[in-house]
Amino acid sequence: MSFPDEQGRFGVFGGMYIPETLVPALQELIEAYQAAKRDPQFETEYKTYLRDYVGRPSLFYKAERLTARLGGAQIHLKREDLNHTGAHKINNTIGQILLAKRMGKTRVIAETGAGQHGVATATACALFGLKCEVYMGEEDVERQALNVFRMQLLGARVISVTSGSKTLKDAINEAIRDWVTNVQDTFYCFGTAAGPHPYPLIVRDFQTVIGREVREQSLAALGRLPDYLIACVGGGSNAIGFFHPFIEDRQVKLIGVEAGGMGIESGLHAATLSAGSVGVLHGAMTYILQDPHGQITPTHSISAGLDYPGVGPEHSLLQHLRRAEYVAVTDAEALEACRLLTQTEGIIPALESAHAVAYAAKLAPTLPQDEVVVVNLSGRGDKDVQTIARNLEVE
Amino acid sequence: MTIRLTNNRIDRKFAALAEKEEKALITYVMAGDPDLEVTAALIRTLARSGADLIELGAPFSDPLADGPAIQRAGQRALAAGANLAAILNLVRQVREDTDVPLVIMSYFNPVLQFGLQEFAAGAAEAGVDGVILPDLPLEESGRILQLLEDQAVHLVPLLAPTSTDDKINRVAQGNNGFVYCVSLTGVTGTRENLPAGVELFLQRVRRQIKQPVAVGFGISNPQQARKLTPYADGVIVGSAIVNLIEKYGREISRLEAEISQFVGTLKESLKPEDNGDGSSILANPEAI
Repeated sequence: MSFPDEQGRFGVFGGMYIPETLVPALQELIEAYQAAKRDPQFETEYKTYLRDYVGRPSLFYKAERLTARLGGAQIHLKREDLNHTGAHKINNTIGQILLAKRMGKTRVIAETGAGQHGVATATACALFGLKCEVYMGEEDVERQALNVFRMQLLGARVISVTSGSKTLKDAINEAIRDWVTNVQDTFYCFGTAAGPHPYPLIVRDFQTVIGREVREQSLAALGRLPDYLIACVGGGSNAIGFFHPFIEDRQVKLIGVEAGGMGIESGLHAATLSAGSVGVLHGAMTYILQDPHGQITPTHSISAGLDYPGVGPEHSLLQHLRRAEYVAVTDAEALEACRLLTQTEGIIPALESAHAVAYAAKLAPTLPQDEVVVVNLSGRGDKDVQTIARNLEVE
Repeated sequence: MTIRLTNNRIDRKFAALAEKEEKALITYVMAGDPDLEVTAALIRTLARSGADLIELGAPFSDPLADGPAIQRAGQRALAAGANLAAILNLVRQVREDTDVPLVIMSYFNPVLQFGLQEFAAGAAEAGVDGVILPDLPLEESGRILQLLEDQAVHLVPLLAPTSTDDKINRVAQGNNGFVYCVSLTGVTGTRENLPAGVELFLQRVRRQIKQPVAVGFGISNPQQARKLTPYADGVIVGSAIVNLIEKYGREISRLEAEISQFVGTLKESLKPEDNGDGSSILANPEAI
């Protein structure tokens, strides 16, 4: 069975819980996306940019020293960190900005947490000559200063959001308010596989290039499919793009790793699927972190990109169907994994991706050596070195 | 305009106003801002000074249809501990001495967590007449609409300038107390000028919709309200009142005096003017 249905439902999850003002804009987006999918020229153009501009396919790398250190299953890394702009986000923004151009929109807005989606949107807008404004929580503006400067250099205006918790959730609120106001000429380039229909569908489709490549690369290099796929989950775009082409392959276990922050029991975390409940946030019915009155609760993660109280509706469905398993690792474990990967493989992962590495480091030693674990290294860690330096003593 | 006569206070109010050739003044306050006791006092003040219907905001942490004034009001209400259960108690309490139609305006998630069935039953029992949920478009409203209808509580639909004719036509099939027309593409908040094209939008709605039509978002003074009277059956004023509450906070007698004065002048602007020949300017928009 394929999801979502016509109403944007992934089982009971998903949907379109947004003000009436935006309903026609989302209908227009659905139609434009369907037309683009039917147009072979669109696909050719998209794939050409992915190859010649983003640098795809990204590498499938056997992490031998990490594997040896952990002493268990073989670990492979999908190197999304090697994409242009340093993360998987560009796969989606190239697709969406091509769509914006087809739709004749002249202004693009986006939200960003870690700044990776903001940079990827600003990059695509520079490439295609569109005006770009990025909403970013004030707290994230401070902890991701490098990405703020990159966006500005790319010609985007970064709007610091001071409402609410001043992080990704509030950046999305402000971006939606902007879109409600400027809906006639503005394209909302949404960064993760969450939000109202059709965004969970569109973002997933543009990110499935990750999983499709892994499938081919695994078959070519190992002659078989992997046993485990591990990816970090905030909104969940890298994970769904990685998992989706394997959903029908029941023998491939899918594991999403959420931000455990200071530990689930501390209440200071962003582990939505591990510790949340079903509700409606940012246009979709999905797992969210909320109090008994339905108020969204504050989240914490050392990683800005995972610091979000919601999750894409398709992940909610995969958990509900028990097709994927969702776990959480703490800030401290992610930092330690960051050091582990850097010192065994010479690769500095983004703190988001370090969560996936941390879970792989727990899991691999428990598995036989002939099993294969693929970790999606969704982004590189340059943007996080100051945070890492503050929190980790480098020997 | 045609009104189906029911026992719902919203329907009765619009019918009574139509007889007098008056337009409805719909005022908004955030319940629990600065606390529920003040809100209870303000409901009575609003009703006494001329508000025909009162929208009671039930706060949500992430109000994406609201501008800064109502966002701040929601934060104050949440800090004061307001929640749906407490707000229904408030309604129950003020119902003992006021008959003004009360409409709960919130977002879908607080209602969903309360329980859709429990909310519908609780709202009806407390004396709520209508519910407005700006993040629940018609496409997603099926179940709660049915539950509320079973309790004779209206789920008031919203239409926007971007709404398609097909959507307007689907809203026209319902019986919803009134239809909330959002005057502009944007969030709640006061604006200096009425949005361009609001008259055309309201005319487009009126051509298809026979229920009462009220217009809101960006309307903050009697002049703006009066300009809209030929095109709507009611005018909704929110942020301008919320701003007064923010300004005078807990100086309750000063706050009540300011609100009473402001609401009084708003209501005056919605009453028919004597044209000297006994006809009403409101009944005859072409005269403007």
